[in-house]
Amino acid sequence: MKRYGQEISVAIAIAALAATLGFAAPAYFSRENLQDVFLSNMPVLVVAVGMTLVILTGEIDVSVGSIFAICGVMAGVIAKMGVPVLLACAGACIIGALLGAMNGALVAYIRIPSIVVTLATMTALRDGLRWATQGAWIENLPPSFQWFGLTERTYPIAVLGTAVVLVGATGWGLRHLAAGRAIYAAGSNAEAARVAGINTQRVVFLVFVATGALTGLAAAFNSVRFDQIPSNAGLGLELKVIAAVVVGGTAITGGRGSIAGTVLGVVLLGAIGPALTFLGTSAYWEQALQGLIILAAITIEALRSRAEKRKASLAAQQV
Amino acid sequence: MSELVLTARSVSKSFEGVRALKGVSFDLLAGEVHALIGENGAGKSTLIKIMTGAVTADSGTLAIVGRRVAENNPSLARALGIAAIYQQPSLFPHLTVTENIALALERGGVWRHVHWKERRGRARVLIERAGASIDPERLVSTLSMPEQQIVEIAKAIGANARILIMDEPTASLTEHEVESLFRVIGELKAQGVGIIYISHRLEEISRIADRITVLRDGEAIATRDARTVDRADLIQLMVGRAVNAVFPKRRVPQGEITLELRTLSCKATGVNDVSLSVRAGEILGIAGLVGSGRTQLAETIFGLTPSDSGEVRICGTRVEIASPADAIRHGIGYMPEDRRKHGVILEMPISANTSLADLNAISRAGLIDSAKEEAIAEDFIARLRIKASSTHAKVGTLSGGNQQKVALSRWLATNPKILILDEPTQGVDVGSKSEIHSLMVDLAERGLAVIMISSELPEILGMSDRIAVMRNGTLAGILSREDATQEKILSLAFGHMPAGEAA
Repeated sequence: MKRYGQEISVAIAIAALAATLGFAAPAYFSRENLQDVFLSNMPVLVVAVGMTLVILTGEIDVSVGSIFAICGVMAGVIAKMGVPVLLACAGACIIGALLGAMNGALVAYIRIPSIVVTLATMTALRDGLRWATQGAWIENLPPSFQWFGLTERTYPIAVLGTAVVLVGATGWGLRHLAAGRAIYAAGSNAEAARVAGINTQRVVFLVFVATGALTGLAAAFNSVRFDQIPSNAGLGLELKVIAAVVVGGTAITGGRGSIAGTVLGVVLLGAIGPALTFLGTSAYWEQALQGLIILAAITIEALRSRAEKRKASLAAQQV
Repeated sequence: MSELVLTARSVSKSFEGVRALKGVSFDLLAGEVHALIGENGAGKSTLIKIMTGAVTADSGTLAIVGRRVAENNPSLARALGIAAIYQQPSLFPHLTVTENIALALERGGVWRHVHWKERRGRARVLIERAGASIDPERLVSTLSMPEQQIVEIAKAIGANARILIMDEPTASLTEHEVESLFRVIGELKAQGVGIIYISHRLEEISRIADRITVLRDGEAIATRDARTVDRADLIQLMVGRAVNAVFPKRRVPQGEITLELRTLSCKATGVNDVSLSVRAGEILGIAGLVGSGRTQLAETIFGLTPSDSGEVRICGTRVEIASPADAIRHGIGYMPEDRRKHGVILEMPISANTSLADLNAISRAGLIDSAKEEAIAEDFIARLRIKASSTHAKVGTLSGGNQQKVALSRWLATNPKILILDEPTQGVDVGSKSEIHSLMVDLAERGLAVIMISSELPEILGMSDRIAVMRNGTLAGILSREDATQEKILSLAFGHMPAGEAA
C-alpha cells in the first residue's frame, strides 16, 4: 500500500476530477470526447513509457519532441515512396531508435550529462529538420497512409490495443525481467550496481534507444490521423511527457517509479485541459493548473521520501 | 627554551559511544616539528580536528598561543593562528593562485573594492616565502600536486599561522619534491612556526621531526626525542596492545591454488607488480595502512579498474577480467568496503539485493522466478540470521550488521570460488562481527578461497592463515600465521624491516 503512495494520490485526484465532471458535465464521458482526449494524448503516453525507463535510470531525455517531428516526417516521406504503411511505420521506429542510440552513446559511453546531450540534440535535430524541409509540410500522402488503411472507427481501437499491450508489457517487464531489475539497480545506485556485475553503461544506452523507438512509434501513429504531416510537430512534447512521468511518482533522481504511475500521470494531465472547457472555465487556465499539479506532486513526493528516510535512519540505529 | 604555542590536556572525544580519544595530552613548541604517528584509527585525525575546531572535545582543555580556548571552532582556530594542510589540497581549481590566496586571507563586504595589483603582489611575496616561484595568475587546476601544496603553505604564511598541521603532506610527492618541501619546512621552523607533522613514513619523520608522539587506541602512549629514538621502538609503541579478542578460527586443510596473481599492475590506481596466490580453504588477510593500495588491488582483481599488465589465473587457467561481470563469471565475489555506497542498494528489498549479482540463477530467458528469488532470500535470512521483518524489507531500514549480512548473502548466492571481503566487520556490532567471522571459517571449510582486507590488526592476526602486507601499491611481504606479529605487520606496512629479516 505504502509503496504505491504517489500512484494512489494521483488515482484519487483522477477520481475526484471524474466525479466533478460526472456531476457537472456528463457530456465529457461521451464516446467522441473520450476518443478525442485519448488520441490527442496517445503520443504523450507512448513516449512517457520510454521516458519512465530513462528517468528510472536517473537520466533525462528532452530531445523526444524533436525526434517525434523527424520520425513523423520520415514516416510520410517513406510512405510516399510507395512503401506499405506498416513498413513506413517500422521505418519511423528505426529512425527514432537510431537517434535515441546517438543520445544514449553520448550519455553512457562518452559520459556527458544527459540534460546537456539531449538539450543539444533537441535543438540540432529540430533545426536540422527545419533546414531539410524548408518548413514545408508533407502533403499528398497516399490514401493507404490515412488511418493505417483502417477506417476512422477502427483506427482508434487498433491504437488503443497497441497502447494497452505496450503499457502492459513494459510494466510487467520492469517487475519480472532481469532487465527491469537492472534498470532499477542502475538508477538507485549506479556504483553498487556496477560492483554487482551489472553493465550500467549498456543499461543507460538501451533505455535511450527504447525511448527513441517509442517516440518513432508515437510519431507514426499520430501522423496517419491527418492528411498533412507538420514539420514542426511535437513542440513541447518533452515537457508534457516528463511532467506526466514525474506526477506519476517516478523519482527524478532515479531508482523509484512505475509504469502504472506514468499512465495515471498522463491521464490526469491529459484529462484536465478538456475538462476545463467542459466545466466552462477558460482553457487558458490549463497550463497553470498543470503546473500546480506538478508542483503538488513533487512536493508530496519530497515530503514522503524525507519521512521515509528519517524512518529508515531511525531503524538503522537500532541494532 | 622556546615558548609553547599549543597545549592540549587530557582531551577526550567519543563518537556514538566509541571512544576515539581517551585523555590525550599533547604540546607543541614554537619552531619545532612535532610528529604524530600511530596506526589506522589510533586517533590522529580526531586530535587534529579538535585543534582546528572541526570537532569539539567532550572534555579536556586546549590552549593556543597561551590563550585558553573554551569552545573552539574553525574560524577561531584560524584567527588564533592554526592552519592545516591535508594530503589533498583544498583549493578552488578554477580560480587563480592569486584568487585562492585572497579568498583565504581577505575579509570584508561583498561590495568592497578589489585591489588586483595588491592581491597579485601579495600572492607573489607569499609564494616566495614558501620557497617557490609560481606565476600567481595561473589557474590552480594547472598546478602540480607539490605546487598546490606550496599555495596552501603560502595561505598559511599569509594568515600568520603560528601552528601548521601537515597531514601526510608527502603522500603524493616524488622524492625530489619531498626534498623541496623539507626545505620549506626548515624555513618555517626558523621563522618560529610550530609544525605538527603526520606521516606513515618513519624514515621521513626521523629526518624532519624534533619530537615524536605515538598514539594508540586513542591514547598518547609516549613522546620521544626524534634524534635518539629507534624506529623499532616506535613500531613497538604503536602496536603494544594485548590481543584479547577470541576469534572462531579453525585450521582447514588447504587444497589447490584457486587464485594466482602474477605481477599484476594497474597504473591508474597505483597497484604495482603484485604476485600472490590463495588456496582453496585458505583465508588470506591483506593488511596495510589506509591508502596502501589494498582496496585498489581488490578492485583490480574484480575488474572494476582492470589491470594493464600481469595476469590473473584461476585454478591454473589464465583469465581476462575486464569488468565485474567477467569476474563474477569466473567465480570471484567482492564485498566492497563502503556497504552503504557500494555494497547494497538501500532502496531495494532484501530479496532483490540478494539476487542482484547473479540474476541468471533466478531467471530463465530473462524472466525472474519470484518464488525462487524469495526462497533464496529466505534461506540466507535464516542461515546468516539476518534480523528483518521479511524478504520485502528495504535494506535501508536494517541495522549496519544486517546490511552487511545482506551484502554477504549477495555474494554467497553467486556460489563463488574466491571471495574478497573488504573490511567485512567495519562499523558492525560485536554480535554480527563474530557471526561474520564464523561464517568466513565455514566458507573456507567448504573450499572457498577467502581474501580479507582489514585495518584491524587483531582481526587480521586472528582470522588469517597467511597475511599479505601492502605498502604504496606493492606487496611489502607475506607472513605465515605462525610468524606474524603486530610488530612484523606494521614494520612491513611502514616500510621498515628489522635487521636480518629483509625479504
